[in-house]
Amino acid sequence: MAEPRAIHRRLNVRLWLGGSWIGLLFFCAIFAGALAPHDRLAQDLMLQTLPPAWIDGAEPGYYLGTDSLGRDILARILYATRPALIVAIVASSAACAFGSLLGLMAGFFGGWTDRVISRLVDIWMAFPPVLLSILLVAVMGPGLSSVIIAIAVIDWTRFCRVVRAEAMQQRRMDYVDSAKAMGYGTGRIMAREVLPNVLPAILVLFSLEMGIAVIVEAILSFVNLSISTDDPTWGSMIAEGRSIVHQAWWVLVFPLLCLFLTVLAFSQFGEGLKERFDPVMR
Amino acid sequence: MSAPFLEIDRLSVRLRRGGAGRLLRQVSIAVAPGEVHGLVGESGAGKSMIGRAIFGILPRAVEVIEGAVRLGGTDLFALSDRRRRRLVGVTASLIPQDPLTALNPSKRIEVQMTDRLTKILGLTGAAARARALGLLEEVHIQDPARVFRSYPHELSGGMRQRVLIASAFAAEPRLIVADEPTTALDVTVQKQILKLIAEMQRRHGTALLFVTHNLGVVAKICQRVSVLYAGKIVEQTDVATLFAAPAHAYTRALMAATPRYDRPDESLAPVRPEVIEALAREIAASDADWREARLARGEGRA
Repeated sequence: MAEPRAIHRRLNVRLWLGGSWIGLLFFCAIFAGALAPHDRLAQDLMLQTLPPAWIDGAEPGYYLGTDSLGRDILARILYATRPALIVAIVASSAACAFGSLLGLMAGFFGGWTDRVISRLVDIWMAFPPVLLSILLVAVMGPGLSSVIIAIAVIDWTRFCRVVRAEAMQQRRMDYVDSAKAMGYGTGRIMAREVLPNVLPAILVLFSLEMGIAVIVEAILSFVNLSISTDDPTWGSMIAEGRSIVHQAWWVLVFPLLCLFLTVLAFSQFGEGLKERFDPVMR
Repeated sequence: MSAPFLEIDRLSVRLRRGGAGRLLRQVSIAVAPGEVHGLVGESGAGKSMIGRAIFGILPRAVEVIEGAVRLGGTDLFALSDRRRRRLVGVTASLIPQDPLTALNPSKRIEVQMTDRLTKILGLTGAAARARALGLLEEVHIQDPARVFRSYPHELSGGMRQRVLIASAFAAEPRLIVADEPTTALDVTVQKQILKLIAEMQRRHGTALLFVTHNLGVVAKICQRVSVLYAGKIVEQTDVATLFAAPAHAYTRALMAATPRYDRPDESLAPVRPEVIEALAREIAASDADWREARLARGEGRA
């Protein structure tokens, strides 16, 4: 009896730690205005590159220090959760919807449909994803919606492949034949019989994809192709911090830490979900 | 005897890209209401293929090349896809081979049973629930309310097969096809399930096509029987005649290969190569006749 309980506890740690960090991010994004101690855009050249509060020379009230233009890093990190989460949610949803639909069709119908969709995925995945996203944003012009579209366009293949494999497996189950024998049409069988059984896999992947979307957004910001206004994103903060990392490491490190923890949280949350669902479904 | 409800009339199927060979060779079977027809044969003989052809769920790679399947006199292949699905859905149901995969793992039993009642009988809400619960009682499930709330993975194999049997009889179909319904179960449970199917069939007066590889089962519950080899019916007769005086050498060989409780010391005889060779010759000859007849009618590839 001891062992299963131990396993159960470990699952919950992943799920809960990942979930807490994600919850914290949402909280920060919603209440960024109230939480931020300073204006995220206010520059003050008298307060350039102040160190974080626990290091000598810090100014009271600037807990994580300031950047080269004297802007408060904590405020900028808090506000940057907004574009990060919007990109994570919207881009992942779009990639998920499109990829899952095609994957479901490929896996369920097989044959011809499957060959066309699978070859499309193969071709798509042969492009280097980062270069493709940079190209897409460069063509569409920078901005939040371009970033979202770029991520969705690149990452739908991930959903397509996994959902296809799952749907193929489900299609062979007798319950699908039973539903056909009962006279249900293909659309109903796909949506009401097969989809619920593929959903756990989609959920897990969705969580992983949110982490990936955050990284891609940061990469695009890093190469200056993200949201073009002054509004901070973690990627652009990292890019700014890079040039003065020898004088003021904190400008680079704090947003980097946030990015790292966020991606880790999404992936662990996804793994937690997967293990949570697995014993029930298999 | 009343007019047959299910009539399979000289049905042949083949692989779409499989050359000239057929998987079913002009199979004809008729089952009347209240009758149990056994379909026996070894693995790969095409037993399940016949059941699948009735429901229009043949594997994608297989096509029907000739023959008819009639339910209550209506030729299924002459109907549009939509009307065929409707007719089959309402008048026939399938007890599948593997109870472990035949229930949708993500839905409660309640939903799966009431879905069928809603679709076929138009019952909703409390009426559908009440009828489904009654059916679970009818298949001797002790605690129907608990099973109703369960997901399939929470039930044992025998329990799931009971649920599937209840489901199959739920909408009072005229025909039930049971595709080796006991094969995936424990030996101890097999007997109960078999009894249950026979009991339900008698009570509801359903025509039952019972697919099995077990001659003992045939002896217990069937009235008529077809022996299938390589997609060809080599013998079709009533059960008493089959066991008293099997006409075909293959049937006799199958019987000699069946263990018997009443003669535990008797050793089992394998099916001898001569029997198989004779069968192969018989099938080759009938294939040649069939091909010639088709060519004479000016149809099909040679």
